[in-house]
Amino acid sequence: MSVITVERKILAKNDEIAEQNRELLKQNDVFTINLVSSPGSGKTSLLEKTISLIGSKVNISVIEGDVQTSLDAERVANYNVPVVSIVTNGACHLEAKLVQDAINNLDLAKTELLFIENVGNLVCPAGFDLGEEMKIVVVSTTEGDDKPLKYPKMFRNSDVMIINKIDLIPYVNCDISKLKDNALLINPGLKIFEVSCTSGEGIKEWCNWLIENVKGKYIHQTQLVY
Amino acid sequence: MHELSIAKNIIEIVKESVEEKDLSEVDKVVLKIGDLSGVVPASLLFSLEAITNNTELENAGYEVINVPFIVKCNTCGKESNNEAGIVRCTLCGSNDTGIISGNELLVSEIILKN
Repeated sequence: MSVITVERKILAKNDEIAEQNRELLKQNDVFTINLVSSPGSGKTSLLEKTISLIGSKVNISVIEGDVQTSLDAERVANYNVPVVSIVTNGACHLEAKLVQDAINNLDLAKTELLFIENVGNLVCPAGFDLGEEMKIVVVSTTEGDDKPLKYPKMFRNSDVMIINKIDLIPYVNCDISKLKDNALLINPGLKIFEVSCTSGEGIKEWCNWLIENVKGKYIHQTQLVY
Repeated sequence: MHELSIAKNIIEIVKESVEEKDLSEVDKVVLKIGDLSGVVPASLLFSLEAITNNTELENAGYEVINVPFIVKCNTCGKESNNEAGIVRCTLCGSNDTGIISGNELLVSEIILKN
């Protein structure tokens, strides 16, 4: 019997390609967000709202990941931003190689902000680095306030949590302060926004933060007036 | 079911670590899987079996070493074995903690028959 000591990270290959993506995006001054959530939390709606509010101020491109169909990509393309669709044909998450191929189809020189909308899934995308600046997790009030405890890895690995569908709070069994407490138990540094993509509430605050982060590298920005 | 992707990556690592002629000699692959890795060992083992069926590695076994989620508190200095993902110190309630272990997802060792 002989033993070979390996001690290698299983996802080292993915991490390596993700690092190449990160380097390329950095060289081109692209601020990249990996947008994650359960199916139906409102990632695409959030993109639509965000692009319609700040699309004229920031050059946005979108990579749309979906298990099947390019329906989301078509929705986003209606807002006149470059969109590359990745259909995973069954796979439950995006990997760095798929994103690398998608990036090659984008004009990075004309992109300041890149959204990668991941496959709707709170488990699998958490483990796969794509080369993003940060993960942002969207959670909606209809999903209940215990989601962060049930899917800790995703909330741990995200820098921002956006609580969507706050207009539905009176009708659903979701204690929003409990939702926030649960998320902070997992990740005390999490930045939290409360929005409704239907009523538009909270979208300006989120967009102001976004613009500051995208443009912050170059200019000092006061609160934007829309 | 990202376990299938993870399984493919494990097999790649095994193939890179063992000479081709010795692949059928692999007795056991030892994996380290942390409580916060998001990987379900039973699904992973199922995927590994499925993708090595009718290959040189079909008789290889797998051992999963579970790595607990442990948090060290920077306030009281103590370590606690928390419920997966909860970083608040269970002893003093501080949020100023660091994760000591639980994120592992490693191929640790490969054991050959001879």
